[in-house]
Amino acid sequence: MSSNTETFIAKISSELGENGKMEIDQFQMINFSISKDQSHSFVQLLRDQFGFNFLTDLCASHYPNREGSEFEVVYHMHNWVENIRLRIHVGLSKENLEIPSLTDLFAAANWMERETFDFYGIQFLNHPNLKRILNMDEMDYHPLRKEYALEDETRDDKNNNFFGR
Amino acid sequence: MSELIFNKNGQMVSRDTIDGDIATLNLGPTHPATHGIFQNVLKVDGERIIEAEQTVGYIHRAFEKLAERRPYNQITPITDRLNYCSSPINNFGWHMTVEKLAGIEVPKKVDYMRVIIMELARIADHLVCNSVIGVDTGALTGFTYMFQEREKIYDLYEEVCGARLTTNIGRIGGFERDFSPTFWAKLKKFVDEFPAKFNEFDQLLTRNRIFMDRVIGAGPISAERAISYGFAGPNLRAAGVDYDVRVMSPYSSYEDFQFDIPVGKDGDTFDRYMVRQEEIRQSLNIIKQAMEKMPTGDYHANVPDFYLPPKEEVYRSMESLIYHFKIIMGEMTIPKGEVYHAVEGGNGELGYYLVSDGGRTPYRLHFRRPCFIYYQAYPEMIKDSVLSDAILTMSSMNVIAGELDA
Repeated sequence: MSSNTETFIAKISSELGENGKMEIDQFQMINFSISKDQSHSFVQLLRDQFGFNFLTDLCASHYPNREGSEFEVVYHMHNWVENIRLRIHVGLSKENLEIPSLTDLFAAANWMERETFDFYGIQFLNHPNLKRILNMDEMDYHPLRKEYALEDETRDDKNNNFFGR
Repeated sequence: MSELIFNKNGQMVSRDTIDGDIATLNLGPTHPATHGIFQNVLKVDGERIIEAEQTVGYIHRAFEKLAERRPYNQITPITDRLNYCSSPINNFGWHMTVEKLAGIEVPKKVDYMRVIIMELARIADHLVCNSVIGVDTGALTGFTYMFQEREKIYDLYEEVCGARLTTNIGRIGGFERDFSPTFWAKLKKFVDEFPAKFNEFDQLLTRNRIFMDRVIGAGPISAERAISYGFAGPNLRAAGVDYDVRVMSPYSSYEDFQFDIPVGKDGDTFDRYMVRQEEIRQSLNIIKQAMEKMPTGDYHANVPDFYLPPKEEVYRSMESLIYHFKIIMGEMTIPKGEVYHAVEGGNGELGYYLVSDGGRTPYRLHFRRPCFIYYQAYPEMIKDSVLSDAILTMSSMNVIAGELDA
């Protein structure tokens, strides 16, 4: 790990305090877990004070068995000057899928958030145009959630134990 | 109050009333000038574009959902269909992601072989883009000549993996076979003969008065906006930012090679064209270096859990048969974990975010598709330009429908 990264980690841990958790995984990626109330201000802090100028990726994932944080919004950010990548996890309860939009910080977030809404039904607050993007507008469910199996569940000629989940 | 602009008589008028009428023009979904299924609803005043809105998703195939039910080696063919102009880069990017997660170290030779194929793919990708810019400015000649060269690159893929467009090239852990002597001969021929043809194409367009008048200033974007819009690859470099994944986070031994990162200034169609032209030359240079420095060794990593044993062994030895069966049935042992790996695709940072729960298929796989992310800047880039410039802007951004819609 470079000295830049170590300096950054030391600084951000003092900023982070009690607001979230930080851990470094085996691939040297810095992972943060932040509550959704803090997410927007944390991303803004990273962008403005720590030079994370690039929102590499924004997506979500669904963990139906995680009580209280069934959904997770994942941000990847990149500091181009010091070449540090990091990942932010924001857990969301299935009861309340609202999270502040990042469109005011990064123009790129617009479509990525629409895609996330389309697939998982995450509601991005203050998004200028939150509607489906890849699926058709008439669709009434969010297809990447785990409850929608890829294959017809009424079929009994295939044993799921042998063919994936 | 609406914005004030100058009309064609030089008078300052409100944007809404410049000529009185604002027409809505439906460009696409299938329009011969858009090279793929893109719909744009344009608000035009005369020929000037006031507003644009894109509709995407016409060839959405739910790759992320499909991937959640496919074993790791069966996801490679899905990645072919992202940016189908440079499939091998997508294939190797996926292989490297799985290798990173599973902790597989591939031999140096595999890295170099991958570099050769990936740079060939980059050349093919950029050739298509640049020759199509020519077509959209009215010069079909360059296109036909460069497609001839692209055929030769496809012949090279075919020599390695048997396929041309959707290549499914390589395996997790390396290649299915070593480069054949025919491949080396064809590659040598290509490297020797391509520059002359390419220079001819270059002379046809670059510094051509008609071409220059069309492309300079068409669809510009500033570096600041480009970064905010998540641009990567040649389009970002055309705006003057020297970000390249090959240099920033080297993978597949790119740190062993000497190459330049060309950058533009204005981020307009001309700069995008010039950046791609220079990248083709740099890619050729990388291929030459890889050919010279090609290490000896094995063409795959020694990982029987992931890499299929030779077929004759499968018929002879029990162990190989078991491994063969396990891999074909998708029962590879993949550790739990979360990994992001990025490669420099034809259009920029192509990322794979993979979450594994130790099962036979990914728990979650997200593709960071550069096209999808930067295409959203399109309305901003074509605002106030004319329709013919909008077509040029789109072709110079190299928006590939497969990558856009996943």
